[in-house]
This record gives sequence, structure tokens and C-alpha cells, in this order.
Amino acid sequence: MSDELNINKKRNNQIKTKSSTASGRGETDIDYVRPSEIPEQDLYHGHSFITKWIFCQDAKVIGVQYTLTAVFTGVVGLILSWMMRMQLGFPELFPFLTAETYYQMVTMHGMIMVVYLLTALFLGGFGNYLIPLMVGARDMVFPYVNMISFWMFFVAVVVLMASFFVPGGPTGSGWTLYPPQAILEGTPGSGYGILLMLISLSLFVIGFTMGGLNYVITILQARTRGMSLMRMPLTIWGIFTATVLALLAFPALLVSSIMMTLDKVLETSFFMPTIIKAGEALSYDGGSPILFQHLFWFFGHPEVYIVALPAFGIVSDLISVHSRKNIFGYRMMVWAIVGIGALSFFVWAHHMYVSGMSPWFGFFFATTTLIIAVPTALKVYNWILTLWRGNIRINTVMLFCLGFIVTFVNGGITGIFLGNVAVDVPLSDTYFVIAHFHMVMGIAPLMVIFGAIYHWFPLVTGRLMDEKLGKWHFWVTFLGAYSIYFPMHYLGFIGVPRRYFEMYDSPYMTSAIGMNEFISVAAFIVGAAQFIFFYNLVKSLRLGKPAGKNPWKANSLEWLTPDVPPTHGNWGEKLPVVHRWAYDYGVPGAKEDYIPQTTAPSEVKDAEVEKT
Amino acid sequence: MSDLNLDKLPGGFKGMSEDIGSDQTTFKGVNWGKAMMWIFLLSDTFVFSCFLIAYMKVRASVVEPWPYPSEVFALEMMGVPVPLLLIAIMTFVLITSSGTMALAVKYGYEKNRKMCGWFVLLTAIGGLTFVGMQAFEWSKLIFHDGVRPWANPFGAEQFGAFFFMITGFHGTHVSIGVIFLFIFARKVFRGDFDTGRRGYFTTMKSDYVAIEILGLYWHFVDLVWVFIFAFFYLW
Repeated sequence: MSDELNINKKRNNQIKTKSSTASGRGETDIDYVRPSEIPEQDLYHGHSFITKWIFCQDAKVIGVQYTLTAVFTGVVGLILSWMMRMQLGFPELFPFLTAETYYQMVTMHGMIMVVYLLTALFLGGFGNYLIPLMVGARDMVFPYVNMISFWMFFVAVVVLMASFFVPGGPTGSGWTLYPPQAILEGTPGSGYGILLMLISLSLFVIGFTMGGLNYVITILQARTRGMSLMRMPLTIWGIFTATVLALLAFPALLVSSIMMTLDKVLETSFFMPTIIKAGEALSYDGGSPILFQHLFWFFGHPEVYIVALPAFGIVSDLISVHSRKNIFGYRMMVWAIVGIGALSFFVWAHHMYVSGMSPWFGFFFATTTLIIAVPTALKVYNWILTLWRGNIRINTVMLFCLGFIVTFVNGGITGIFLGNVAVDVPLSDTYFVIAHFHMVMGIAPLMVIFGAIYHWFPLVTGRLMDEKLGKWHFWVTFLGAYSIYFPMHYLGFIGVPRRYFEMYDSPYMTSAIGMNEFISVAAFIVGAAQFIFFYNLVKSLRLGKPAGKNPWKANSLEWLTPDVPPTHGNWGEKLPVVHRWAYDYGVPGAKEDYIPQTTAPSEVKDAEVEKT
Repeated sequence: MSDLNLDKLPGGFKGMSEDIGSDQTTFKGVNWGKAMMWIFLLSDTFVFSCFLIAYMKVRASVVEPWPYPSEVFALEMMGVPVPLLLIAIMTFVLITSSGTMALAVKYGYEKNRKMCGWFVLLTAIGGLTFVGMQAFEWSKLIFHDGVRPWANPFGAEQFGAFFFMITGFHGTHVSIGVIFLFIFARKVFRGDFDTGRRGYFTTMKSDYVAIEILGLYWHFVDLVWVFIFAFFYLW
């Protein structure tokens, strides 16, 4: 055993000497980092309440603004889901829930949760706050454009919310907004509702593009000295890849929104076929509804990964920090993120197996879909191997990470069912689909969001969140979410269709009544549990334990700012210089169990660190 | 760009892999704004691709006849219909304005304030001429031929819809470009890029790189027009 250790040590030393001479500079200074290539960033410092807190150009404030706005819409989405469950669990008990309002809720719940909560929170919220800090920049590269980006998003949310108050109410066409029904009379909100939805989506895309360009360029062109791409925390890799996906996928949403707006307002026939209504032909003629589906899902599938990839990245960092071990297979994780991102553009038609496509077309998309399972499974193995023999802290953050792995694996496996054409066709439009996507892109990313908020709250506010309340929040949310979505798989298998307002007396529906009631009660409890979280947020903001610097003993740059919470400009006088990756935890030979990214090699000579 | 000597960096594939593997910047010596414009144009390419692919898909599947472009877009000259006359002039004007833009960039880097300003202004006028001719083309189609987004006398109604939507979207791009060209012409003449005067909204200094960035956008708008020209007028 000791021989083996010695041999290993010897080999490591050889590698070390090799790589320190391999730089080709022949320098003996092992702390050498290339001099700065980028000029010092010019920043606008706000001096009044309005420029400091409202039209603020500091990415951190913009991140918080994004987060609060997104969480607000999320609460609206949560209340809508409560009302849907009231109807499904206890039909005809609440007279104000009509079929129309039910469809409107389904639509708004879906759109709000996917676009206005998850996308905005991961990219706008975490992206803005963390990117400049984690790559060692003073701010985003174009703070002014970044500020406009948030206000565009804000206007998009206002327009979306306005649709609740216009005549006819919000659109009730389902979150996929399929034409022709989305804009035809008879669908709830086919007048102003759908119009405001389309305008809001267009504004969202424009606003997001401004922010997204900032994120990409900050990561590519404004990293600090020593921060190579392969030393970036996985959080940044996840957000970066997701942003690139968004910049290439949102155009399809913008184009389909514009075309449908024209179909609605000018009665063009892009998506509208010839339609006979009550014996009379409408003015539409010869359009293609399937074209919309292709455009929508060309956006829609990458959108799934726009939500999932930042979650993958963030959870990798959280797991590594809280199990005091380097992330297993860092490079593999990076390539998996990039690979999943690239593949996500070639799978969109698996959402359309029942649209009447050629079986060969379906075969192609089933193949690409199942190929995505490979890098995804790699990531799951790597998370588990990171935990393996780690020095795990069972705190709220770690609990949410574990909750993520479980729910994500669950949702991923049902995804393999649905990726196959032959299995998907009978399960299409049943509760099995609902269970699948809520598990994989609802609950799993939300687990990461909660974990990330518990993790970074001390950075943003300087105070720790309450652990006891946090654990209550986790267990109720986790067990409750399982009680909601696990039975839904069964509902799907017995054939209960999704999006139905009521099941009435059909025989196999009546057998599901008890289960529907159970799911509804669980949904009420899980929703209510989120208010523990909000209470915890507000309480900890004022009364939380002061966190001090780097409470989690983490390595990445955001914890190493001179001020906590970081001030505008982030780094005080001098930018940090990076010497290593963000994952040197529990390194043999080091004095502490973590070596921050800014620690120079000469300070930890005896530590057997990875060469990064 | 304090210590970065671009000439010393290795070239070719080795250089590329070294740049990607390096710290700080992935595109060595590339200004932030320029990198941002390139990525934006990539995103915008997807927007126009979606429009044009949708157009191709619908055109391939409509059952009613598609209008014959050399008749629809013909212009009467001394009693003889000349196909694509207006479009030829429009295209010529727009491509020429790309040339003047390139000259503006060249003079910008030479810090020749006056010539740069004049060429930016000339480009703006070229763009404005293009938009004006497009307005003329639209009004001819609408008022003279009776083409509407929802119907047209020549056959498939999607012709009008796609034509107005895509050329309209492109025309909007041109118009935004023209507005910025005028603003930047003023900035150049005032000497903002020599004195480092701060922007009114952004409060940031800028230099002649801004002209190159504007030029990238302008060339892109031109390039898109070439595709629209091919798909609408020559197909």
C-alpha cells in the first residue's frame, strides 16, 4: 500500500515538473500568470436612489431585480396551479372555475413557469449575479444594455399580467399556443388575450437577447487573469451554454410569434388552413398549422435545456462544495453540457409524434433523443461519484441537491419511455407526459433553484438563512412533489388525458377520483410550504446569522471579494488572479480542506493538486 | 490592450486551440462591442433563416399558383414592362452603400475624421434611398396591383403575406441602421471618437471601432438582402 502511494507521489511529481517546464517560457516562477490583456473597465456608478436601485447598471442589482420579478410571476403560476388542482380534485365544488377559466389557467401556468420563471431566474437572475463574480470581471461588458434587458423583461411581464384584465381574459389555448385554435373564436382569450401573449413573448425575446449577448461576451472576453475556460466553475459553463442555446432558439419563437400576430391582426394565412365554420368559409386559406409546431418546438426543445443546463452547472458546484470533494470528471461534465446543448437542436420533432409525421422522421428524432441520454447519464454518474466518499454536509443546500438527483433521474427515465415513438403514441397527451416533464424540468430545476438560493443568500445579503425552516421546506416540498407527480404516472397509464377540464363519469376516470383528490391535497400542501421559504427569506434578511466571509469555505471567486456582500465593481482596487480550477477540496498535503482559486502554487507547495 | 502583442501569437489551428485554451479572452484583441455584434448577427441570422425557411415550406406546399416574379415586380418603362428594374436599382444602391461603409471604416481607422464622417453620411443616404424605393415598391404593389397580406389577385395569398412580412422586417433593419448611421455621422463630425466624449445614454467613451461595429451590422443587412433577393425575385 505504502509502496503504491510512493509510486503515485513520484509520478505526480514527474507530471508537475513536466508541466511547469512545458510552458515553453523556461521560467522558474511557478506563480507566473500572463499579464492583463483587457483594459480596466469603465463603470458608471449610480449616485441617486433611481440610478442605484431602479435603473441600475450593476449586474448584481439587475440579477436581484430579475430574481424578484421572476419569483413574483412564479407565485402567480403557483396560485394558478392551485386553482387547477381545485378543479381536478374536487370538480364542480367551486362554481367560479369554468371550463374557460380552467384552460386559461393551464395556459398561463405553463407559459409563466417555463419562460417567465425558470428562464428568467436562471439566466437573468443567477446569470447576472454570478457571471461577473465567478469569472472575475467588474461587471457585465455592457451594463447599460444589461439594464435595458431587465426593463424589457419587466415590460414583458406587465403585458403578460395585463392579459388577465382585458376583455375575454388571457389566452386559453394551452402553453404551446397551437394554431388554428389559438386565434379562432371559441377558444378563451382568442381576442386580446392571445395578442398580449404574443407581444409579451416578443418583448421577452428582445430583452433576453440584450442580456444574453452580455452574458456570452462577458464569459468569452472579460475573464480575469488566469481564468481559462477550463478553470471556470460549471455554473458558468451551464449558464454560458444555455445562453448560446437561447440566442439561437428564441429566434424561432420570435418568428412564430410575429407570424401568428399577423394571422390574428391582418388575417394572413401563415398557419391557418381553410376553415369552414357553421357552413361558412373563414377568410383563411392554405396555411400550415404544422409549420407553427415545427417553429415552436425548434424553440421549445432547446428551451428545456435552457432551463436544465444552468441547473446542471449549479448543482455540480453545490455538490462539490458541500461534499468537500472535487467534481468527478470536470472535463467530461463540460463536454456533456456542450454536447447536450448541441444535440438539443436535433430532437424537436419528438414533441410531434402524433402530428401525422412520416414514421421515418419519427425514427430519426427518436434516435437523436435517446442519444441525449448518454451525456445526461454521464452527468448523473459524475454527481454520484462526486458524493462518493465525500465529506458530506447534510444541510439544506445538500438536501436540495440530493432531491434534484432523485427527481431528475426519475424524470429522465420516463423521458426514455416518451422518446420512443411506439411507446409515446399511446402515452401522448396523458398524465404520464405531465408527470414526466414536471419531474424533469419543473421539480428538478426548482430543487436546484432552492439549493442555490440557500447557498448564495449569504453572499447577496451577508446573512445565513434559517436551517431549521429550510429543512422543513425541503422535506415538505420533496415528499409533497413526489406525492403529486408519482401517482400521475399511473393516471397516465390508465389513460387519463391531460388538459381535460373534468373527467365526468367515464368508468376509468371514476376509478381515479380518489387519486386525484390525494394529488390535489398534496399540491395545496406543497404550495403552502413555499410560504415557509418566503418567510425564511424575509426573516433571514433582517435577523439571519451574519455569514461573514466565505461561510461555506468555497473556492470559487464570488466568495473572495474584498467586501461581503460585494459592492459595485466587485473587486476593489485589484482584480483577482486565478491559479487553479474551482474544485481543489480535500487536497492531500494541503493545510486546509480547500484551496481558493486565487491561491498561488507557491503557497501550497506540498499539496497534490490537479494540474488545471 | 496593454501587454498583448497580436503579432507574436501563433497562427492557424495551433493558434486557435491556444486562444481557446488561454485565459482572459477567447478572441484575442477583439473589442467587446465587436464580439457582441458578431454574436448578435449570428442570432439574427437564425431569425431571418426561420422566416425564409417558413417561406420556402409554404411556397412548396400551397396549392394555388405562385405569382410570377418577373411580371409582378416589373416596372413600366416607356410602355415596355421591364422585369426587376426597380429591384436591380435597389440592390445596386444597397450594395454600393456597403462599399461606402467599408471606406468609412477605413478612414475611421486612419483617424481621418472628415472623410469618415462623409462616408458614414453617404451610407446613411444610400440606406435612406433604399428604404424610399422599397416604400415605392410597396405602394405600387398595394395601390396599383391590389396585393394585400391577406389576399392578392395573382394567386396564393401567402405571396403577399410573406413578401410584406419579410421585406418589412428587413426594411425595419435597414431603417434602424439608417437612424444609427445618421447619429454616428454626427458623432464622427463632432469628433466624439477623437476626444473620447461620453455617450449621452451609456456615459461610456467610444472610439472608431464603433464605426466598424456599425459597418458589420450594415454589411449583414446587405447580405440578408441578397438572400431575400434570390428567394423572392429570382425563384
